[in-house]
Amino acid sequence: MPAVSVEKLSRIFGTLKAVDSVSFEVNRGEIFGFLGPNGAGKTTTINMLCTLLKPSSGKATVNGYDIIKQQAQVRRSIGLVFQDSSLDEYLSAEQNLLFHAYAYGIPGKERKKRINELLELVGLKDRRKSKVRTFSGGMKRRLELARGLLHEPEVLFLDEPTLGLDPQTRHHIWQYIRQLQNKNNLTIFLTTHYMDEAENCNRITIIDNGQIIALDTPAKLKDCVGGDLVTLKAEDNRTAITELKQKYRVEPLFENGSISFYVPKGEEFIAQLVFRFESRLLSINIRRPTLDDVFLKLTGRAIRDEEASFQDQLKQASRQRMRGR
Amino acid sequence: MTSIFRGIWVVAYRELVRFVSERSRLISSFAMPLIFLIVFGAGFSRMIGTLVPGVDYVQFIYPGIIAMTVLMNSLMSGVSVVWDREFGFLKEILVSPLDRRGILLGKASGSATVAVLQGMMMLLLAPLLGIPISFKMIITLIPVLFVISVSISSLGLLIATRMRSQQGFQMIIQLMIMPLIFLAGVFYPVNNVPLVMEIISKVNPLTYGVDAIRQVFLGSTETSVIGVTVFGHTMSILDNILLVAAFGFILLSLAAVSFNRSD
Repeated sequence: MPAVSVEKLSRIFGTLKAVDSVSFEVNRGEIFGFLGPNGAGKTTTINMLCTLLKPSSGKATVNGYDIIKQQAQVRRSIGLVFQDSSLDEYLSAEQNLLFHAYAYGIPGKERKKRINELLELVGLKDRRKSKVRTFSGGMKRRLELARGLLHEPEVLFLDEPTLGLDPQTRHHIWQYIRQLQNKNNLTIFLTTHYMDEAENCNRITIIDNGQIIALDTPAKLKDCVGGDLVTLKAEDNRTAITELKQKYRVEPLFENGSISFYVPKGEEFIAQLVFRFESRLLSINIRRPTLDDVFLKLTGRAIRDEEASFQDQLKQASRQRMRGR
Repeated sequence: MTSIFRGIWVVAYRELVRFVSERSRLISSFAMPLIFLIVFGAGFSRMIGTLVPGVDYVQFIYPGIIAMTVLMNSLMSGVSVVWDREFGFLKEILVSPLDRRGILLGKASGSATVAVLQGMMMLLLAPLLGIPISFKMIITLIPVLFVISVSISSLGLLIATRMRSQQGFQMIIQLMIMPLIFLAGVFYPVNNVPLVMEIISKVNPLTYGVDAIRQVFLGSTETSVIGVTVFGHTMSILDNILLVAAFGFILLSLAAVSFNRSD
């Protein structure tokens, strides 16, 4: 039985198709990534799988339980870390975990033990009595991760687990995630719009405008780009482009004063090129394709990280303003 | 079924923990009733004197002031739902396996417990005002206040299930509080006012709450002018409490429907 199975799931808000007939399966014990720009429908999908939002049509099961008919069983068997903090900031770290333990009916002896273990895991043991409102963003996220694991779920949903965190904390969070996968054979379903993070997943689904446009391992997705990206500058770019088109049968793109194109087996190609090319070359650069390139290839657009992080900043700022009250 | 009960106590427990760690709320919820007690009590008591033999004006409004304290605190149940939604904690509650009805009942009984505690604290004033209190009164008062408070909490919850922002919720509450209090027979007997006011007062469920508390302090009002008469029947404590409970049950059911529907 797959950990998550989704069949033609849709959610419509007014006239907007936030999620448009998506189907996929998540295997047990894998890290499954949902990758796409902001507003692609990632959070909406997670909310439906977690029973927070009713689908407009389609069906899905989590751990074999139907997300519409068996909500209580679904809720009991999953853990969640939301995009926005969902901690009670006026309670201490330990009180937040205690509330969760009570809500999931974890028996007394287990309760103490697990809370201790998890606070240890996320490195918050010495801050257990502090109020959450005194925590930094990274500490809150770590506490939420601990809370999501407290009732030993079989599937852990992480909605943008590292959004707005500094690189060091992001690295730590990823360490926990991989540790969990190895130790407990936990299935992890996460969303992200960070391409470099998505590389950590076993399989990735790329979603755009509510539709799935690709689903595979990161390596295979990158293969579909059609090789390595070569970027070069020539003394006379125009003749260089003509030469590339005629002799090497590639489709070069001219942008910001440099020429770029994809070729299979880039290293060998360059050796040939340097040896035989007639135009005078100024510089050559070669790199392996990234998931950014995959997204660009599939949609014709780049996932604009600058734009995304700007939106994050706005969100962060408005959240802080609300809290200051 | 167990998930309903777990919902009730887990959510109520958190409300209490929150209350203990927020001392400003303790003071602010006393302020308004105290101001009313002082201003109206001192302002009118000499002029009005005794309403019925043995009951002066301060003794008359004092039970109403307790009701007012309970009212202010009960409506906090709604504030806490809107607060949780705004700060994300509501999601944590909603994805847990707790029953939705249990969550609402927990919010209501949590804030009712706080409200009863605050109402009881108002009893400390009784000796200063020359109002005799007995152990039996205190024991009767606890369930009476609890029922009133759960009902009013339900009203707060019903409004809160539809509100997304604190400001919006506060606005509506501010609009409601004054008419609820002034047309509940806190400051004058409702049987002796112009017809329109009388009708509104008798539709206002708080009127019966105030009357129930008053009867705890002043004894049965069935034969006196300060009682509440509906269709020729003067309400007893039990009548009042049953009416308030029925009102609360309806509101809570509506809140549950509304809460379940909101995504």
